[in-house]
Amino acid sequence: MTGKPVSPRSFQEIILRLMTYWGSKGCAVLQPYDMEVGAGTFHPATTLRSLGSKPWAAAYVQPSRRPTDGRYGENPNRLQHYYQYQVLIKPSPPDLQALYLGSLEAIGIDAGLHDIRFVEDDWESPTLGAWGLGWEVWCDGMEVSQFTYFQQVGGHDCRPVSGELTYGLERLAMYVLGVDHVMDMPYNDPDSPTPLSYGDVFRQTEREYSRWNFDQADTAMLLAHFEDAEKECDRILSADPVDKAGREIVMAHPAYDQCIKASHLFNLLDARGVISVTERQAYIGRVRALAKRCADAFVTTEAGGGTLADAGA
Amino acid sequence: MPDLLLELFSEEIPARMQARAREDLKKLVTDALVEAGLTYASAGAFSTPRRLVLTVQGLTAESPMQREERKGPKADAPAAALEGFLRSTGLSREQLELRDDKKGQVYFAVLEKPGRKAAEIVAEAVEGAIRGFPWPKSMRWGSGSLRWVRPLHSILCLLSDESGAEVVPVTVDHLSAGNTTEGHRFMAPGRFPVSSFDDYAAKLKRAFVVLDAAEREQTIWHDATTQAFAQGLEVVPDAGLLSEVAGLVEWPVVLMGAIGEDFLGLPPEVLQTSMREHQKFFSVKNPKSGRIEKFVTVANRETADHGETILKGNQKVLSARLSDAKFFWENDLRVAKAGMGEWLDGLKAVTFHNKLGSQHDRIERIAALAREIAPLVDADADIAEQAARLAKADLRSAMVGEFPELQGLMGMYYAREAGFPDAVALAARDHWRPKGEGDSVPTDPVSVAVALADKIDTLTGFWAIDEKPTGSKDPYALRRAALGVIRLVLGNRIRAEMQALVSSRMTKHEAKQAAQQWSDVNQAIADVLSTAAGNEEVFSLLLKSYADSTESLANPDKRTREHEELLGELRESIETAARTKTNDLLSFLHDRLKVYLRDQGIRHDVIDACLAMPGNDDLTLLVKRAEALAGFLKTDDGTNLLQGFKRANNILSQAEAKDGVEYSFGADEKFAETDAERALFTALDGAEAVIRPAMREEDFAAAMTAMASLRAPIDAFFEAVQVNAENPILRRNRLNLLHRIRAICGQVADLTKVEG
Repeated sequence: MTGKPVSPRSFQEIILRLMTYWGSKGCAVLQPYDMEVGAGTFHPATTLRSLGSKPWAAAYVQPSRRPTDGRYGENPNRLQHYYQYQVLIKPSPPDLQALYLGSLEAIGIDAGLHDIRFVEDDWESPTLGAWGLGWEVWCDGMEVSQFTYFQQVGGHDCRPVSGELTYGLERLAMYVLGVDHVMDMPYNDPDSPTPLSYGDVFRQTEREYSRWNFDQADTAMLLAHFEDAEKECDRILSADPVDKAGREIVMAHPAYDQCIKASHLFNLLDARGVISVTERQAYIGRVRALAKRCADAFVTTEAGGGTLADAGA
Repeated sequence: MPDLLLELFSEEIPARMQARAREDLKKLVTDALVEAGLTYASAGAFSTPRRLVLTVQGLTAESPMQREERKGPKADAPAAALEGFLRSTGLSREQLELRDDKKGQVYFAVLEKPGRKAAEIVAEAVEGAIRGFPWPKSMRWGSGSLRWVRPLHSILCLLSDESGAEVVPVTVDHLSAGNTTEGHRFMAPGRFPVSSFDDYAAKLKRAFVVLDAAEREQTIWHDATTQAFAQGLEVVPDAGLLSEVAGLVEWPVVLMGAIGEDFLGLPPEVLQTSMREHQKFFSVKNPKSGRIEKFVTVANRETADHGETILKGNQKVLSARLSDAKFFWENDLRVAKAGMGEWLDGLKAVTFHNKLGSQHDRIERIAALAREIAPLVDADADIAEQAARLAKADLRSAMVGEFPELQGLMGMYYAREAGFPDAVALAARDHWRPKGEGDSVPTDPVSVAVALADKIDTLTGFWAIDEKPTGSKDPYALRRAALGVIRLVLGNRIRAEMQALVSSRMTKHEAKQAAQQWSDVNQAIADVLSTAAGNEEVFSLLLKSYADSTESLANPDKRTREHEELLGELRESIETAARTKTNDLLSFLHDRLKVYLRDQGIRHDVIDACLAMPGNDDLTLLVKRAEALAGFLKTDDGTNLLQGFKRANNILSQAEAKDGVEYSFGADEKFAETDAERALFTALDGAEAVIRPAMREEDFAAAMTAMASLRAPIDAFFEAVQVNAENPILRRNRLNLLHRIRAICGQVADLTKVEG
């Protein structure tokens, strides 16, 4: 520990510090994936890259959407659109816990004054056919991150194992900055010529999307899109791996995009309340089937470590 | 005599797994040591979130030499047999002994295994324990293939005695044992060496680690109660939470904080559950107000500001959590005060079981049944029905969604706040009970009616769809439901004919299932018709005849004779199925009752004897009989009367079988020859005069006492006369007399079924 860290002053400063920190620890600092996802894990830099034998280290912010969590911008803690900070390192380094604690220090959490604990929390994603063991990390009784050692993704055993860290940025930042309502949190430097709060940036969109998610989204269209995405995913993966010029190109990523789409469309349908309890499992199973096929395809590609890499599937 | 110290140092072990892991480590390692020939004086296992530790004291320094003799082939056996024996023993021919045996000379191999050093055995035992450790869930990490509950970082393994300590050469994949460990993650970073268990425990304490979970628990409880006491408050005991929290910290520091004034109006159970489940806080109660006003949290470190920052953070998280709880409470109250209609509607969309409909369907059935049961338990039928309709409404409340364990309790609070009668509120809370063997039985009449209706509905429903418990599988907890019925009925002395309650329900279920099958058949017919849709003419013809036939089936005036027959058969098959299932369910209840009564010391043959009597579906009556019979059999008169009865019954049964008649014509005293015979007539008359009113009053004990008075006259009778007399008139009269004994003594229970 290098003395008392200087506290950050805004939401964006916390993000920038995490970027700098994980960049300095050897992670490729990636950009968000350009599609709607429910969590940072869906970014192919996590889902697909946690598969196969090739080493990997990446950190990125991922805007995440959970339509059912929308509260019209009124709830102090709940948002239908929020940010996750995601780190994935493969193989998981032996000092991952220490590296993680370093990142807390980097954003101004002094381990000498706070009570930081690793509390059992196993992670499972039925839609991705994935699970892992780990903890939720508590700081003074508050969950600030999810820490997971991936054991299986897309139905494939992870060999080597990836270590995944997920920070819920808004909640973490509210704690560090001492703010009680997310909309009151300073987004940029509060002393800048145009100080903007989180609410200045997002209150309007939260209201609009809450209405659309809950009341307006055209369910017939969403259902049709779901079916389309499912079909397209299947078509892409069923295509001849050899293209017209004789190159062998398996299209795992384009197929996975369709899987992500299907997953988000399912979330939207769920928020509209048109999926019954019994249908729910069936939809989740359909998305999982896509995720598994994408994983199967990815591990045959060069980035996925080639065909021999996946002995454990 | 060396001592062993083993520490397996890892990332944080889930608190709930630690106690079991300590036992497993001790057993795995000591079993392996003993198996390999070592002995030890004592062993102890410890755990903290980051380490699993074993100490074995007074270990033998090496295992004894082992000698084994193996018999080989005969001296004149083929060479191949000898070669094979040499290969398997690893000896040469010169090392074998030739010994005389019954059938000639035979080769013997004497194998001597030298004793092994403790270190070697320990190394194997530890490696075996690590590789075979029975974690409930284990994982791999990095590039390795070793499995542990979380990444395993180091192994400390020492054998120490007066002359010093040596590292045991354990190697498991990339990990090699050493003599160093780490203290508290934040308060004392860095590794240090240790030389023995005592040294280890002492140095850990200096490095802010309390090794023994029991000591951590004591510290936490002591500090928490002391802090609370100083302010005139009490910590609410919670052994499960205490053990969990002790598994989350290496250096427990107890901090007490206040709950915001805003939240003190929430039901205490809500505060307690929210704090325990989400924050692992203890609740602190003010004995004067009875309210929960403060909380205790246990941090894992000391800080320069004496925990101020930590406490502030925890308080903030708690406020956010309780704001949620308060939001749920207030929203729920709004729905409750509006009559809970929103929740009841919502239950239509919640499936109870796909063959038994929604929770709403279930509630409708329970409400009807509760109405029916109400008069049997002196409850108001309208209130019982209302209570049944509302009892499960809280399943849809936000609070129960968040804390399922508050189900029932919230129902009570919401019903009260909404101004429903108190009996309705109590039923919401108590109709789930008894939940287990230790749980008490509700006594408020409305609660009893709803609880009984709930359980009978569950049993009947699952019996109707053939989802009975089998062997160890009982996914719908039907054994517990059956025991619930038994305890509710007996505990409240309810007189109910189970047969009638169950069979009317069962018939409805059966009819519904038949209707479903019928509609499946109709669907199949419709499908066939639609394939004919290409030919318009054929299609419309088919459709018309199909419509005619179904319509005429539904309309009694248009039914043909075939239709009537068909419906008759259908009704017959429904009723038969319902009867079979009802009887099966009743015998399941009887089986559970036997188990229950056996635990109360009533023999199974006593219960069988009472089960053979009419009205055995009235469980209270059944148990009254059983209790009277069991008490009766404990007396000398009782056991002796039983003998006399059996003797009478045997003679009578044999005669009846032989003669092909039943001797139930009544005996006439004028044919009595001896005094003993006449005395028996008198005794039977006297007993009957007592027994008849006693039976009317269901005073089975009095009835049986009167029966016991027959013991002496019956014995005297058998002494004095021969039943199968030469004179056929005398014989017939005596057999008729025996029949009277059988009839009188068989009124409480079928004594032929009693053993002895």
